[in-house]
Formats: sequence, structure tokens, C-alpha cells
Amino acid sequence: MAGKHTVLKIENLTVAYRSGDKVLEAVRDFDLEIGAGQVYGLVGESGSGKTTLANAVMGYLGRDGFVKAGDVHVGGQSIGGLSEAELRGVWARDLAHVPQNPFTALNPSLRVGDQVVEVLQVNETLKETMARQRVLALFKRVRLSDPERVFSSFPHQISGGMQQRVMIAMALSKQPSLLVLDEPTTALDVTTQAAVLDLVRELSAEKTTSVLYVTHNLSVVAGLTDRVAVIYAGELVEDAPTVSLYRQPLHPYTRGLLDSVPRLGQRKDVKPLQGIAGQIPALDELPQACIFAPRCPLAIDLCWEERPALEAPIPGRKVRCHRWPEILAGELNASRQAVAPIVVEAYASQPLLAVKDIEVAYPVRRSLLQALRGAPAKEVSAVRGVSLQAGRRETIGIVGESGSGKSSLARAVVGLVERKAGDVAINGIALPADLKSRSMETLTLLQMIFQNPEEALNPYLRVGESLRRPLRRLLGLSAEAADARAKELLEMVRLPINYVQRLPSQLSGGEKQRVAMARAFASHPALLIADEAVSALDVSVQAAILNLLAQLQIEHESAMLFIAHDIAVVGYLADQIAVMYLGELMQTGPAEDIFTPPYHPYTEALLSAVPPPDPDVGQEKIRLPGEVPSAVDLPGGCPFHTRCPRFLGDVCVEQTPPWQETNDGRRIFCHIPIKDLETNQLPVLRFGEVQREADE
Amino acid sequence: MGAALFVLFLLLAILGPLLAPYGANEQIVSDARQAPSALHWFGTDHLARDVFSRVLLGARDVFVLAGTGTLLAVGIGTLIGLFSGYRGGWLDEVLMRFFDSLLALPALLLALLLLGTLGSSRQSVLLVIVVVYIPIVARVVRSVVLSVKTRGYIEMARLQGESAGRILFREIFPAVLPALAVEAALRFSYAIFLASSLGFLGVGVQPPSPDWGLMVKEARDAVSQTPWALWFPAGAISLLVVSVNLLADGLKRVFQVER
Repeated sequence: MAGKHTVLKIENLTVAYRSGDKVLEAVRDFDLEIGAGQVYGLVGESGSGKTTLANAVMGYLGRDGFVKAGDVHVGGQSIGGLSEAELRGVWARDLAHVPQNPFTALNPSLRVGDQVVEVLQVNETLKETMARQRVLALFKRVRLSDPERVFSSFPHQISGGMQQRVMIAMALSKQPSLLVLDEPTTALDVTTQAAVLDLVRELSAEKTTSVLYVTHNLSVVAGLTDRVAVIYAGELVEDAPTVSLYRQPLHPYTRGLLDSVPRLGQRKDVKPLQGIAGQIPALDELPQACIFAPRCPLAIDLCWEERPALEAPIPGRKVRCHRWPEILAGELNASRQAVAPIVVEAYASQPLLAVKDIEVAYPVRRSLLQALRGAPAKEVSAVRGVSLQAGRRETIGIVGESGSGKSSLARAVVGLVERKAGDVAINGIALPADLKSRSMETLTLLQMIFQNPEEALNPYLRVGESLRRPLRRLLGLSAEAADARAKELLEMVRLPINYVQRLPSQLSGGEKQRVAMARAFASHPALLIADEAVSALDVSVQAAILNLLAQLQIEHESAMLFIAHDIAVVGYLADQIAVMYLGELMQTGPAEDIFTPPYHPYTEALLSAVPPPDPDVGQEKIRLPGEVPSAVDLPGGCPFHTRCPRFLGDVCVEQTPPWQETNDGRRIFCHIPIKDLETNQLPVLRFGEVQREADE
Repeated sequence: MGAALFVLFLLLAILGPLLAPYGANEQIVSDARQAPSALHWFGTDHLARDVFSRVLLGARDVFVLAGTGTLLAVGIGTLIGLFSGYRGGWLDEVLMRFFDSLLALPALLLALLLLGTLGSSRQSVLLVIVVVYIPIVARVVRSVVLSVKTRGYIEMARLQGESAGRILFREIFPAVLPALAVEAALRFSYAIFLASSLGFLGVGVQPPSPDWGLMVKEARDAVSQTPWALWFPAGAISLLVVSVNLLADGLKRVFQVER
């Protein structure tokens, strides 16, 4: 594998940033070698230095970053010593990079196709028609469904998933020897992510391009890579062939990352997520001995005194931990056992929230001319005829892709958008459509937390101020009482009480989301709505927040509407699950049953899109063709018929499907008889496996 | 640098009456058309008035007119921008289209139009500054409000029953402040310029007030004999405008660092 077949070789690499008059080493003494055609995963939390490393491989560290020691070789050539012009040559021929956010990487004012042509023209002079054909061929290769249309579209006219494919096509246009993918799917829906992962998998099967795949989510790279390197706070902590890494991780950090991702069918009351305690240390406050010791469940005195060396326990594996011999021998289990099963006693029979036939629509703006001509007022229909019930302390999970209307549903329930039709009642009190007409009492009962932690708190107000307001306004507490209670609220979400003095900019994303939770729970709401509350967070933080949500729910006796695009995450928390597509419910039922047939074909596709965090687990592959149809011109019949993998024929196009009910309480909105679904569908997960691990 | 110059101007404006060796309209008949000298630092004009004293005393006028005008325009513009942006809907639409139509006219043209109907006076100039700058300030404030009002923390405040007033002034206004401070400083410098231009065109402050613009106009007619009577008020205008612009740049940097 070594020698002339090595595509990328990183040797003793130390990368530093100048920050004021300090020099911070973001990556220290790092070694990595990627062979021809190999797919390598690089995994770590935010702040672990993985993006710095990816940028160092590209030879692009910005103005403040520099290589302090060691070197990066691409195809035998040292990147460190190159001038900018020489670097540009390497970028043009050997190295390609796909960034996390395709929207900022594509030029919004140029047609997508022309941007790829431009890349082709760097290496060779091509006639326009030739170049166009080459680009169309590339677009076909990355499975873009309508290459001609994409070619002449501007970036904002195509979806995020398509943009990311265009970026990959652009990267492949020069037939690079190394492709660096930096969190290419983090900003995407699970279903789109699954399709992009398939694409990378296909590329790797061709064995012409090596891939460095950077991510914070170990399960994403499980079925994709040959080897995985785990990076923590700038250091390599484990490096192993993928299969052995997942079967037997030797570093407690790797174990923690694996334990942070909910598997399909994993539930909080059976096998709670263990996650990783604490936070990644700041670069100027690194522990002296083992850098992971403060968060490690297995740390012993030695770990606080002596720095572990990078050792090779088995040929081909590397680990930096004092305790690997015991872990390897099976004497130690690196899994944290800190979180006990979280059992929320739900009272489904005591109704709390009743949503009936709710409808939400947004008007489409007409130009003055169109209005004068009498063009009909159009509207985007976001939610149609959705009914839901939640009992006291019950958790209802709502799952669907972006554009499924799940957020609109949530916002209509709390009153942030006015519903067009339907009824919402809480505790038997009917709620008016608009927020202003709702009484203080009902506001107290309903609270919500949002997706983006950066928007969770007003950047100009101190944490204490943000927490005091609902206490004073909704509960009518005195100033002193609110001060005292604000501190208790911080303790409740496991944050130090001196955070009342902090500004949001001094908090991490996970901490901000905790404060937002404290704020939402301040009024003891009977129902909390969490709209994608964890999808912008690292897996390790996500695990802690999910558990905290469930624990707060017990403390405050609240019910919850939990909304997410990842069905494994929803299944972890929810008692009941509702699957939404294009503004309508497709399937509802108890959460335990969502993972076994029969399911709605859309549910089946969602389940199949979740990457299994284990290379040994096979998964039935169901991918949805095309894009979610426009909500202005809805498909007739079954809304899902345009993409359904189990499409029956005319009946799906012409007739609204019936709601079919099974004996165990699940309801499916589909023409296909339940019996047929049951016989044709496979269980997407192995229940036995999760069960077995829970018993251990 | 900008701030230091600005403070110097401000001090001169406040202390002007104490420092000026002569009155604004005092004619030193013996010393008509004198070049700058130890006695008359900036010389004297064709009517034998001490230019140094006139520039010094005129500074107060500039600050009072442009300053009050800017303050009023910023105050009213901010209120309109906040409410219009937050409320949205048809009211916002109507207000903004109206402002657009005002903005479509060059400021000077609009000013001449207004002064033509109102008649030239100090109050009219003040009113002109206010009317011309309200739409600009309101637009700047509104654009920030639009980008902030859909953030999670604002929606959360709404869910927690906060009143619109509190959301506007406690939650949204701090986000508006950086842009507003820079805009206010810029508006002030343009207001100085506008007031002087109107004086120069003879439709603003009327003689014999020691208005800088007016002084430039008067000196222009006698430029061959007393060029210094033109240089110094014109120089004062330029220097003050530059210093206020430097101040605006400084404010921008301060706020950027804080973010």
C-alpha cells in the first residue's frame, strides 16, 4: 500500500494559527496515509481540528494559519514548499475539494453548467460544445436527474442536494487523484444525504480516486470507507480499518462517538444514548497528559500524569490510550454507563392537545400587473387536513423531509403562523389562530424551541435577562424571585449559575440550545414543541440534549411535539410517530411499530436513508427519485405518487388513498393493501441486535 | 483622529462667542479687505467684517441646524423604520413606496421645492433636513428589523407574551443600533453639506447671518479682491464634513469589533 501507490501522506504535521500574539496549534503531530483508490474517513467533533487538517491537505490555511512542523505530500509532491502558482497547478490536476455548504461555494450569478465548464477549461482548451457535452456527462455520472435543465439553472433554482452533486461533478471534472469531502452532507436531509453517500460509494468502487471524507458522525462513514481516523482536539487518537474500528473501538472517544448516534429502533427507555461527557477543550487550555482524560469514563491516575503515545496494538491499527490492552482483551467496557433508562410515564388517555383538520397556506406574491389582469391569487399549500392528538406527557414525533410541512404545522399550533382552517385545542381550551388573541394562560401552556442555536438567544441580552423575561411576564414573578429562579433554571439544564452574566457569544452551540430549553421550560408548559432542535448539533452534543429533553419532560410533566428529519432520532424520543410528506400525514402509529413492516412506502424510504452505524449491518436500499414536487401545483391522487417506489398505477394518480388501519394501531395512507405491504417489505433494522446490546 | 477634530469643532462652536475677537456683523471700517494677518487671522471681507470671527460664530449655526435636523430625522426615521418593518403588511408597503418616491428626487431638488413653498428661513432649512433624511434613516432601520424579526429569539419572545413595544425596543433595537449610529454620523455630515449648499444658493439661511455656505456665496462675488474670505469658510465646511466621516468610519470599526 505504501510506496508509489500512496496518494496522500501526512507526516508529523503540526498546523498552527496566529491569534492575537498567541500561536495556537490546531493540529499536532498528525500522521495519515491514503493509498490509491482508498476511501478514508476523518471523524471528530466540532473543534477537533478536522477541517484545519482538510485545509492543510489542500495547502489552503488562510492568512493566519501555517504549517509549523511536518509536511503533506500529495502524489509524492510536498505541498508545504509550493508557491501559490504551483499550488494552483496541483489544485487543477490532483486535488479536489467539496465544502460543507454548496450554496456559498457556487457563484449565485453564474449558470451552474458554466461554472463547471470553467473548471474544465483550466486544464485544457475545449470547444464550447465539447465542454458542454463533457459537463452533461459528468452531471449524468453524479446522477443528476435532468442534466440539461441543471446546466442552465442558477444555483438558487436547484435544491441543496443537487447543488452538492454539482460540486462533486465539478471536483470530478479534473479526474483528481484525491478528493477531499468536508462534511458534504451535514446541511442536507437524511434522504438527500443517503443519495450523496451512494454516489461517493459508487465513485470509490471505480478505484481511480482516493477520498478523504471528513465528518462528525461516525455512522455516516461506516458503510463507506476502508479506513477511519479519529481526531480529538487536534491529535490522532485512533486509526483503523473501518470494520475492526466499529467491531472493537480501542479508544474510549471512538466508543463515545459510536454511542452518541441513535440507531434505528433505539429508545430512551430501553437503551439510552450514553454520549460523551463534557466538551472538547479550548486549544489554549489543553490538558497536559492525556487530552481526553477529563471526559473519559475510563481515566485512571496514569491518564492525568503521563501523555499516552500512539501505539500499534495490532498491525494496521493505531491508538493513543493508556488502557488499550485492557480494552482489547475485553476486560474493560469503554461505554459510559452514566445515563439510566429514561422512562416518561405518558398518559395517552388524558387528552392534552387536539389538532383537527388543520390547514396552512402561504400566499404567493402577485405582481401589480398580474393582480390588475385578474390573475388568481395563488398560494403555497404547506399543510392540509392534518389531525393529531397528544395525551399528557406524551411525546409525538413528526418526521419528514424539508418541505414536508412539519415546521408549518408546529408554527400553526403555537400561533406563529395563522392557520387557514381547522381547530387547535389545549386542555380543552380552543386556541385562536393568531398569537395576539391568545390568553396569557394558554401562552404559558405552549412553548417552543427552534432549530438554529445561533438564533436561540438574543446576542445583545445577557443569559440571565433572557431567562428572567418569561418568569416575570408569564408567571408574574417579582424581580428577585425571577433572578433566583433563573439560576435554578440554569442548574436544571446542567449549566453553571454564573452563566447568567454571560452574553450568548460566550457560549457554545450546545450551551445556547440548553439556555433556550431553560427558557422554554420556565413557564412549566404543558406542551413543548421542539422543531429540529438537535439537527444543527454535533452527535455528541445531540445525545446529551436528547436525554436532557426527556429528563426535563419528566420534571415538568410536559408533553412534547418533537420534529426532525431523522427518523432514528424521532424514534428515540417519541411514543407516537406521525410521518409527513408534502403537507399531509402518510402514516401514524406507536413509535415501536414504525421500524417493522407494514409501513407506508415513504416511511420505508426514510428508514432506509438512515446510515446504519455499523459496517456489518446490511440495509435495504430504497432511494426516492426526483425532487419533492412544488407545493404550488400539488400532484393529484396520492401526493407521494410522483416518487413512490411502490407506485401501483393510475389509481395512485387519480384517487385519494384510503386510511388503512392495522390491529396494533398504526394507520397508513396508501392504496396498497396492508397485507401486500407486509409481505413485500423487509424489516429495516434488526431488532434483536439493539435488544442484545441493551441486555449486556 | 475624526473624533478629535470633531470635538475641536464642537468646542469652537460652543465657545465661539467667547473667543471671537469681533462681532459677526461688526464692520471694522478701517480694515476692509485685509489679507490674513496677526490682527485678522483670516483677513476681512469686502464689507470689512472679520472672517475669523464670522467662521467661529457660524460654527454654532451649523451644529444647531444640521445637528437638530439630524437628531429629529434619526429619531422619527427610527420609529417609522421599527414599526413599519415589524408590522409589515400594507402599511409598510404604502410607507415604503412613498419613501421611495421621495428618494427618487435628488435631495437638493426636493429641498429647493420645499423652500420655494415654505419660504426661506432657519426653520424651513431645519424642516428640509428632517424631511429629506427621514426616508433614508427609516430604510436603514427597517432593513435590519426585517432580518432580525424572524430570528428564533424574537419568535420565542412573542410566544412568551412580550408586548410589541418591548420586543421592538428591548429585543430588536440593540441590533439596529450599530447601523444606526454609523448612519446618523453620515447623515450629520450630509446635513452640514446640505445646509451650506442651500446657504450658497441663497435659499437657506438669509444674510447677514454668518452661515458658512452664505459666506462662500458672498465672498464669491468679491473673489478677486478678498479670496481669503472664500477659502476659510469653504475650508471649514470641508474639514468638518471630513471629520464627521472619519468619525462614522471609527464608529463602524468599534461596532464591528464588538460583534
